[in-house]
Amino acid sequence: MTIDFRKKMQKALLIIGVSFLLFVTGLSFSINKAFAKDEPQVTHDAYVSGALSDATILIPFLADDSASSGICGLVYNGLTKVDKDLKVVGELAKDWRISDDKLRIIFYLQDNVYWQDGVKFTAEDVKFTFETILNPDNAVPYIASFQDIESINIIDDYTIEFIYSRPYAPALLKLGMGIIPKHIFFGLKGQQIRNSKYARDPIGTGPYRLDIWKTDEYIILDSNKDYFEHEPYVSKYVERIIPDQAVQFLELITGGIDSMGLSPYQYKYRTDTEKFNQRFNKYKYLAHQYTYIGYNLSDPMFADKKVRQALSYAIDKEAIIKGVLMGLGEECTGPFIKDTYAYNEDVKRYPYNPDKAKELLSLAGWKDTDNDGILDKDGVPFSFKLITNQGNKQREDIATIVQRYWQDIGIDVEVQTIAFVTFLKEFVDKRNFQALILGWTMPIDADCYNVWHSNAAKDGGLNFIGYSNPEVDRLIEEGRSTYDIDRRAKCYKEIHAILAEEQPYTFLYFPYSLPAVNKRFKGIVPAPAGISYNFIDWYVPESEQRYKF
Amino acid sequence: MIKYILKRISLMIPMLIGISLLTLLIMHLSPGDPTSMRYGLNPEVSGSARAQLQELYGLDKPFLEQYISWLKRIVTLDFGRSFVDNRPVIEKIGERLPATLLLQASALILIFSIAMPVGVLSAVKKNSLFDKITTFLVFIGFATPTFWLALLLMRVFAFELEWFPVSGMSPWYAAYMTPFERVRDILWHLVLPLLTLAFTGLASLSRYVRYSMLEVIKQDYIRTARAKGLPDKKIIYKHALKNALLPVITILGMTLPALIGGSFIFETIFAWPGMGRLGYMSIMQYDYPVVMGVGIISVFLTLVGILISDILYAAVDPRIRYE
Repeated sequence: MTIDFRKKMQKALLIIGVSFLLFVTGLSFSINKAFAKDEPQVTHDAYVSGALSDATILIPFLADDSASSGICGLVYNGLTKVDKDLKVVGELAKDWRISDDKLRIIFYLQDNVYWQDGVKFTAEDVKFTFETILNPDNAVPYIASFQDIESINIIDDYTIEFIYSRPYAPALLKLGMGIIPKHIFFGLKGQQIRNSKYARDPIGTGPYRLDIWKTDEYIILDSNKDYFEHEPYVSKYVERIIPDQAVQFLELITGGIDSMGLSPYQYKYRTDTEKFNQRFNKYKYLAHQYTYIGYNLSDPMFADKKVRQALSYAIDKEAIIKGVLMGLGEECTGPFIKDTYAYNEDVKRYPYNPDKAKELLSLAGWKDTDNDGILDKDGVPFSFKLITNQGNKQREDIATIVQRYWQDIGIDVEVQTIAFVTFLKEFVDKRNFQALILGWTMPIDADCYNVWHSNAAKDGGLNFIGYSNPEVDRLIEEGRSTYDIDRRAKCYKEIHAILAEEQPYTFLYFPYSLPAVNKRFKGIVPAPAGISYNFIDWYVPESEQRYKF
Repeated sequence: MIKYILKRISLMIPMLIGISLLTLLIMHLSPGDPTSMRYGLNPEVSGSARAQLQELYGLDKPFLEQYISWLKRIVTLDFGRSFVDNRPVIEKIGERLPATLLLQASALILIFSIAMPVGVLSAVKKNSLFDKITTFLVFIGFATPTFWLALLLMRVFAFELEWFPVSGMSPWYAAYMTPFERVRDILWHLVLPLLTLAFTGLASLSRYVRYSMLEVIKQDYIRTARAKGLPDKKIIYKHALKNALLPVITILGMTLPALIGGSFIFETIFAWPGMGRLGYMSIMQYDYPVVMGVGIISVFLTLVGILISDILYAAVDPRIRYE
């Protein structure tokens, strides 16, 4: 008994002693920390991010999913890139000149760039990349963005000229496509390019190079010490594939990953604790996406502008943003990225106003003549089907909410959710719908030909609501054919105003991107482009380093 | 016996052809094609670019022609390449199989080694407290959704207590560890998924064992053995158990495809790089070659599983003879 007690005492004393020691050393550590210089420096730490799905192919012009293009962005460089304010700046091109007729673009290339296998980068690689894209045998999905290129001429090793058949303003941005090495891919065609081992073990000019890729587990990138801008400060970039967002969150808290994209629910309710905010920084910026309700304009029910305006007035967008996104989004009024030169703040808005909606509907001839609570016109009740794709909770919620709003003004709506591919094939492509809920991801360039030009209303085009307005067509054509940013701004602001007036869509909201990043990463500066645009400038102070290599 | 086995194997061939034809047919009958999921709503991908892609993958050819060219390749064991990442199908399956096998096989062993004694004991001590408690627990396991239990275990043991890792099969820095550490680490990652699978899988097997044991115990020859004064232990474990295991062999044969098929929901939650995720994702992406590859291998294993259990029958039960 007494021996037992002594042992216990010894143990307790030991624990007290050890914890005292730990306390003291901890103290001295934190003193060290205070004096450690906190400035960008190369740290052999790793940045581990959580991804919902794995990359598939690491060739820039074939990478069509966000995971692949994300990795490609770190391994390869383009001639141009967008900076933090979404402006086009040079990357592999130091500078460029555009001829007066806007048909020739001459790029002056960096002359100190090497491929990750040591071969020097030259204009040959640039020419090779775009000729590969333009060769129809290679079936490159993005070929349409380059179709106006008539020829590509090498002037010398570091000067290259693109000749366009007509002025094409988005060109500078499109030519930012990652450049692939000619000495690796030369002579490969079609399937061979895709089957090449370099499609999974890429050689680029970018700040990171692939180290290990375990399919559906993780991708490890190593920093490229000879990167021409500067060696990235974080020496490993790791992407762990964790397909479930709730599990990602558990991994984030337990330290398995350093960053993830939060869901609005997680952002609002799970991360509002002191403990979380001590360890992580949360960011919030507009995603380049918007969600909308589109009306099939060939359906006589939606032919009248007043009806579409009424439908928009009847919806409380603020309430939808609150209900569906926990308030983590902003009202959308048109198809351009908010806070850019193209976005027009002074357009017609549709604040929630059911009385106004009813008034507009009665002006359009819709009245409840048979007193059954549903409006009718010429004996036809105002009743239609609203469809959306399965598997998108937010859209399904919107459908339910909107159904209720429209019911309040006497419109009978049936909601149907349909499996994604069937939804596309049988309903969208065949124009076989009345109203639908969908979202668009907006390209950085404001050109909106593929969605709003009347030519895109033809078979398979993405103007599936059949919108056709000669004035909008003209403005789209003018906007894409001039490099004058003021003129472009005028075109797009005008388009924005027309669309806001005519309401072919009820534009609903822009959601926020909500990343959380471990606090040891410094140098993150949120901007319109998000946070990852300056990843090579992120750094970890030595005292906070987590992984060591 | 050998003649019988050969005959059974030769019968598998028309079966495999029929099933693979049906698989491809069903894939083609569902609306859409590999390009619609990826590019259907991408404003930067034109319709003509999609048509070129279909041509590249041979999807513009008639259905039967596509099937025959697949069949020709499969005879030489060439499973083709994935439409999504262009890697050989066999390579994609090959890198998933070990993960699924490791998990499913260890779960199966665990389930058998618990379910058999539990089943036997609850049959022998029918209506005892032990029987009632196990019945209760087993039904809870049966009724518990896998995903829910997985998240619960994760929350308690990985998140609150931090005893086990949350998800994955190995950490990303596995390459920098010693082989011993790597094995230990995989075992450490295996615990939670294994517990989840075992708990939810225990029910049906232990019930089968219990039921079939109860049937056997009622038989005349058991009563005879009892009347002869044989000790209970000998009756149960020598005479009864052997006969009670016959249906269990059938079940064992049927679990073979599940062994390599994996489970999508489960693997998604645990971020386990297994076959279930591969199969599901390739169906969603209309990745025909992978779907066909996974399908044909599962069908083959199912048939082999049935064959093995038939052969085992003959080995266990002297009444069954194959000529």
